[in-house]
Amino acid sequence: MPPPVSLHGSAAIVGIAELAPSKEPPADDDLDVMAGLVADVLADAGLDHGDVDGLFAVPPRRTMFFPSLLSEHLGLRPSVGEVVDLGGASAAGMVWRMAASIASGMCKVAVGVLASPGRRARGDRPRNTDRTRPPLGLSEYEAPFGPMGVNSAYALAARRHMHEFGTTSAQLAKIAVDQRTNALANPMALYGTEPITVDDVLSSRMIVDPLHLLEIVRPCSGGAAFVMVHPDVAHASRSHRPAWLLGAGERIGHNSASFAPTLTTSPVAESAPMAFAMAGVTPAEIDLVSAYDCYTIMVLLTLEDAGFCAKGHGGRFVEEHDLTYRGDLPVNTHGGQLSFGQAGIAGGASHVTEAVRQLRGEAGDRQLPRCDLAFVNGNGGTMSEEVSLVLGGRS
Amino acid sequence: MTALRPMPVATSASAPYWDAVRAHRLVAPRCRRCATLFFYPRARCPSCLHDDLDWVELTGRGHVYSCTVVRQAAHPAFADHVPYVFAIVELEEGVRMPTNVIDCDPASVAPDDAVEVTFVDVDDELTLPMFRPVLQARR
Repeated sequence: MPPPVSLHGSAAIVGIAELAPSKEPPADDDLDVMAGLVADVLADAGLDHGDVDGLFAVPPRRTMFFPSLLSEHLGLRPSVGEVVDLGGASAAGMVWRMAASIASGMCKVAVGVLASPGRRARGDRPRNTDRTRPPLGLSEYEAPFGPMGVNSAYALAARRHMHEFGTTSAQLAKIAVDQRTNALANPMALYGTEPITVDDVLSSRMIVDPLHLLEIVRPCSGGAAFVMVHPDVAHASRSHRPAWLLGAGERIGHNSASFAPTLTTSPVAESAPMAFAMAGVTPAEIDLVSAYDCYTIMVLLTLEDAGFCAKGHGGRFVEEHDLTYRGDLPVNTHGGQLSFGQAGIAGGASHVTEAVRQLRGEAGDRQLPRCDLAFVNGNGGTMSEEVSLVLGGRS
Repeated sequence: MTALRPMPVATSASAPYWDAVRAHRLVAPRCRRCATLFFYPRARCPSCLHDDLDWVELTGRGHVYSCTVVRQAAHPAFADHVPYVFAIVELEEGVRMPTNVIDCDPASVAPDDAVEVTFVDVDDELTLPMFRPVLQARR
């Protein structure tokens, strides 16, 4: 038996592009927005249209035949075309799938692109008046009881965590506050001008107990793209310091929080150790945590489950550590989706682009003094799909 | 016309469950091969994919695994009901199900509270298993 193939150092991200999150939908059609992102990302990477032979996408809306639709629109004839459907984990899931395609010889220059038109996508949804058609994302066992969509699932997780471990709302609020401090140093952040305090978070409207308005992402429009390349191409790249994939792990669990085996431990407890093992590093060596933050509780669970602190200690941990770009454990230096903005299904891409920026040393005012190893986590659904990555400045 | 609560569309696998609920009985499928009791109902056991299942009568007693107060209805049918408790209840037999905890002050419900099933005939088409607190010491 040959040794198992590792993705360690198999490919590197050499280009990123990102739209500033906006409360307004873009003027252009979805495919044209994606074409703009692909043009930008190739320019950033110093690569040409003709170099692209892998195309990975997250469609802004439910659709079929998307790889050929997008290839046609971009004038590409890729040898790999794939749609990634892992919700908020799609961007991180895309990164290792791109690397796997490169490592297996199916392509050499892979472009990944995600976009969401925000409000316009919601307006498109037909009003559901048929009582036998459950609201999107809810099963026949949940819908009749009126949960508040995904919000309820994370509220249930937060409540149980508080019950088992004594975690407080003030501790969760601290995560939102530190991330806002980070956003103040990010000119692209949607909520990047006003600082907030723990009291501000706790006095913001209670949306779904125990989660307050400022602990919950608000959807906007936006998008991002990245280029991932074979080591030969990465070594020849002169544009930026490549961000190497060093480790990856994935775990698909339950779909509905109602049927999760536990709500106080997420599948990150399985995906992160895989990523760290492949990378050959430990959480203590990580310079940046770029963790999917649809809600404050998700950041806390990720810190615990990835091993940055012990299970149940997350509340005290975030209280005792400065999570800002000036701090001892920088978390979501772009502001996180809570303050940067969550561009719908593309929101998780911001955790990848920020890690690449920090590894490159191109994060501007919020640049970390040293960033050689970044931990990225993508979370889909209600802790349903987890993808953990370790990215590094050196292969 | 006021909006109606979303209603389950029974599949061949879930019809016996919803039929039982309409008769004010709480049941769950159990695998005859590996003895796994599971919820929600499906045609094959999620532990071994065997399709020889039987139905077990549940006591209807359990505890709140976690709960949240919904203050803003996500669906018009619930607009007149806010604030209400959406919860996951774990039955004595070990299975968990999403539900509402009713007949109490929503703010008073907490994880590990003892609860028992109560069947609510919502309208002519729909009966739902909800839960109410049992007055006893918390687990």
